[in-house]
Amino acid sequence: MGRWKAICYRGGSCGRVVAGGRVGFGLVEMTVSVPMVSLRDVTVAYDRHPAIHHLSCFFAKGCLTAVVGPNGAGKSTLVKSIAGLLRPLEGHVRLNGVEHRDVAYLPQLANIDDSFPISVRDVVLLGLWRRTGAFGEISKAMCDEASKALSTVGLDGFEERAFGSVSAGQRQRVLFARVLIADSQLILLDEPFSAVDSRTVADLIRLIERWHGEGRTVIAVLHDHEQVRRHFPDSLLLARELVAQGATSDVLSPANLLRARAMSEAWDEDADVCRGAA
Amino acid sequence: MTVLYDWLIGPFADFSFMRRALVACLALSLGSGAMGVFLVLRRMSLIGDTMAHSVLPGAAIGFMLAGVSLPAMSLGGFVAGLLVALASGLVSRFTPLKEDASFASFFMISLAIGVLLVSTHGSTVDLMHVLFGSILAVDDSSLILMASVASVTLLLLAVIFRGLVAECFDPLYLRAVKGRGGVYHVLFLVLVVLNMVSGFQALGTLMAVGLMMLPATAARFWARQVWSLIFVATLTAFVSGYIGLVLSYQYNLPSGPAIVLVAGMIYLISIAVGPRDGIFLRLLTRRHLRS
Repeated sequence: MGRWKAICYRGGSCGRVVAGGRVGFGLVEMTVSVPMVSLRDVTVAYDRHPAIHHLSCFFAKGCLTAVVGPNGAGKSTLVKSIAGLLRPLEGHVRLNGVEHRDVAYLPQLANIDDSFPISVRDVVLLGLWRRTGAFGEISKAMCDEASKALSTVGLDGFEERAFGSVSAGQRQRVLFARVLIADSQLILLDEPFSAVDSRTVADLIRLIERWHGEGRTVIAVLHDHEQVRRHFPDSLLLARELVAQGATSDVLSPANLLRARAMSEAWDEDADVCRGAA
Repeated sequence: MTVLYDWLIGPFADFSFMRRALVACLALSLGSGAMGVFLVLRRMSLIGDTMAHSVLPGAAIGFMLAGVSLPAMSLGGFVAGLLVALASGLVSRFTPLKEDASFASFFMISLAIGVLLVSTHGSTVDLMHVLFGSILAVDDSSLILMASVASVTLLLLAVIFRGLVAECFDPLYLRAVKGRGGVYHVLFLVLVVLNMVSGFQALGTLMAVGLMMLPATAARFWARQVWSLIFVATLTAFVSGYIGLVLSYQYNLPSGPAIVLVAGMIYLISIAVGPRDGIFLRLLTRRHLRS
């Protein structure tokens, strides 16, 4: 705790101040302790086998955090729990200053039916669900917003194309446009760079860094450690239980990674009932 | 000219039961076309089939209690179809069993109960009637039922269209924005059951689903958007109904299978010559475009 930094307006309430800050340009930079997302002793299980086990962790407002770990470490489960898609068996997930339905969630591309006959514009407009709902009007201005978002992700003039007819990389760009248009303070990305070429990755990382610069909280599930070291200041290493969280350079140490691998491979089909906190 | 008139229009001009049958086809197509398209998009094509069969025991119970009474049989069929849909939905949600498997299980139970009831309490003729329907015998009350179901279907579909499309396309996202995708799914299932009930009077429980699925799968080869798919499917269903009725009149064939077979022919033709991924077109246009 107290490791994360957030920028607050002077006089704004942003929680208990742990350390004093510097004054400059009318902004007070200080370290705060009320996180945007907090998990307390969370266990989420499939068929009683925990996918994440007694996990307690925090994500500060405005942080840019990568969630890393071996396959089956519970990374997607963690992100889904934060998005409110999975209900923990034990413990709870708290969001601070944002509702569950205001969270922008980018599912894994594999979960989306890409043969569905829907236009790129309509996919992006789904990002405005919070404003339109199932029955609200979709105005010309909203369509313009969608076009602007598409142009930001490098897909000018793709509005009328069928979602299924564009390449995997372009599909991921479309989904990023959907996140962009949602204008959310908390952005959750589940493996945003799988099956995407390096140029698209570079473009999308620029977008993520822009969100970070705008003070949004971004949590992304990633596999490429090099990428994480280069672009993500904070990391959380997961192997069903928390291995390490903090500055990326500390978290992704060889010792931690080795430990994470050992922990995730220790899967016991006949495990006893867990009777206490880890 | 007169030959053409005698063939295509004469039967409907001369006989009121043919006119009724045609109107019934129109009503059925308006509802079923859209239902079929969404069933295909949700990858529930075979689930439509199982739901059609599950209508049987309810209709049989209605028949036992009230004789050949349309309201009783329709209500019974509706309740039975809904029960199967609901039970299957719950099982697939709370157990690892997939939706298609749980639907198949409940429909078998339901069908067995239905056949048991009909064969112990009715004659085989009744069973044939329920299984295969009789579109040439629809009366005013059935016509009103079909028209009402078609109207309710189209109106409700217009209201929930966006939600249903979002739920089919990316259910996880809709859940993340708390879009209540489940509500649209349930409403959709209710509509499907309603259309089954409306169709079984005319085409029978076995054939009703044919007018739902075949136009929808054929439409896939002609259109690329949800609304245009629905349009093509509805048109296909109605054209099948018309041609099927004409053929059944001219060649003295049972009308239900004739209608569904025409829809089947249109489907096969669509596979061959449809402009979207049709086989011939792909053979003709083997040369690719400039990069």
